[in-house]
Amino acid sequence: MQATNGFMKALKCRECGREYPLTATHVCEFDFGPLEVVYDYALIKKSLTREAIKRREQNMWRYRELLPVAAEPTVGFQVGYTPLVRADRLAQRLGVRELWIKNDTVNYPTLSFKDRVVSVALSRARELGFTTVACASTGNLANSVAANAAAAGLRAYVFIPADLEQGKIVNSLVYGAQVIAIKGHYDEVNRLCAEIAGKYGWAFVNVNMRPYYAEGSKSMGFEIAEQLGWKLPDHTVIPMASGSLLTKIHKSYQEFIKLGLISSADYKVHGAQATGCNPISAAQKAGLDFFKPVKPNTIAKSLAIGTPADGFYALKVMRETGGAAEDVTDAEIRDGIRLLAETEGIFAETAGGVTTAVAKKLIASGKIPAKDSVVLCITGNGLKTLDAVAGHVGATREIRPSLREFESLLTADDITPVNA
Amino acid sequence: MPVKVRIPTPLRKLTNNEEIVEISAGTIGAGILELQSRFPGIKDRLIDESGEVRRFVNVYVNEEDIRFLQNQDTPVKDGDEVSIIPAIAGG
Repeated sequence: MQATNGFMKALKCRECGREYPLTATHVCEFDFGPLEVVYDYALIKKSLTREAIKRREQNMWRYRELLPVAAEPTVGFQVGYTPLVRADRLAQRLGVRELWIKNDTVNYPTLSFKDRVVSVALSRARELGFTTVACASTGNLANSVAANAAAAGLRAYVFIPADLEQGKIVNSLVYGAQVIAIKGHYDEVNRLCAEIAGKYGWAFVNVNMRPYYAEGSKSMGFEIAEQLGWKLPDHTVIPMASGSLLTKIHKSYQEFIKLGLISSADYKVHGAQATGCNPISAAQKAGLDFFKPVKPNTIAKSLAIGTPADGFYALKVMRETGGAAEDVTDAEIRDGIRLLAETEGIFAETAGGVTTAVAKKLIASGKIPAKDSVVLCITGNGLKTLDAVAGHVGATREIRPSLREFESLLTADDITPVNA
Repeated sequence: MPVKVRIPTPLRKLTNNEEIVEISAGTIGAGILELQSRFPGIKDRLIDESGEVRRFVNVYVNEEDIRFLQNQDTPVKDGDEVSIIPAIAGG
């Protein structure tokens, strides 16, 4: 089995520890606990060194041993290794010494971190013999499944809430995917997909492929550690929808420490949500280790999951690392988008506004001390959620093609010609 | 017309592969006991040691999560549909 499964050993229930074979299955038959891939770390340690990684292509597969495919990956050779941007102007505005933006607004090909998880899910789906892939999505995942399936020659069915932003709908349709709009919010889309997954022999990336899919998020954390010069930031601020990204970035840090690629360090992982959908942050702030589901109502639709599947584990990670959670209103989200754009030239979607605005709150409250280093995980591109900020970012000023009109406009701005 | 319960794939080994099972109990909690009497072992899959619905199990009555209703005390009546669904990840 060793040779055919690569560096993977089995799937294992996170709740009770029962093991399962490495098939397209996602929950424990006994207690419905999520299944997670178990790796052969001793074997990985032999081939995954800093030197080996540095010699490889700059994409997410440079950490291939820690990503769950049995043979060589077949999807995603341009995905990942996005810029880690030193953000001094934003740092100054927020009042913190060292601030970095992990900029997945420019991830390839669909401008969100979802291309990472989809690369893994589709590579693994092909290994397992699937020809149709599917997903339940708040938008970004649908875009990514549609695009990557098209490029890989796979058929795609994507399921989205019907009220999604126009940009995210067009961005799925254009690739020829079958887009099914469900009259309901994401949790209802999810419920339907859970009921139909498995029925048609499809690889549902976030349902029956979830154990593989979710591991793709780790690549964001591996890159942060490598790009910082093989060390961890004191603080990482991560948006939470299902809570999966947060738990996987924590796991990526732990794996690098376990493999000796970085030295053990104190780091805190913080979670960011919208106040209109804050089941995890509300529980964290109340000191609870379980959350109460909510009905989402926020412009941050990519984070609008009222029943977060990994909420329990996200709370655990924050508790164990000494991190905090915070949530922000729609107005604060828009301010966060503008702040990031105006200081760093990075246009993030609503989830990025959430992360930026939450970082601002955590720094202001001292939960992130001014002397520390911080990485913000910015997960999606602002061009996808124009509806959310249009009308809140100022307006154009229209004039005729007339020098006089232009000059009177500049006079109003208190600007005069240099050679006047 | 009794209450229909949709059995998720991981539990169908217990229900002889039946996808839909009918019950006549008046609440979700009583319904789970009724299922247990017909399909021994199913209660332990759904309910934890402290008597609560397991963390990763979601139960819906007519598409509404019972945690928004009255949990195990949620009433069910003829014609209602109950779905039992594992929590799944987002995107």
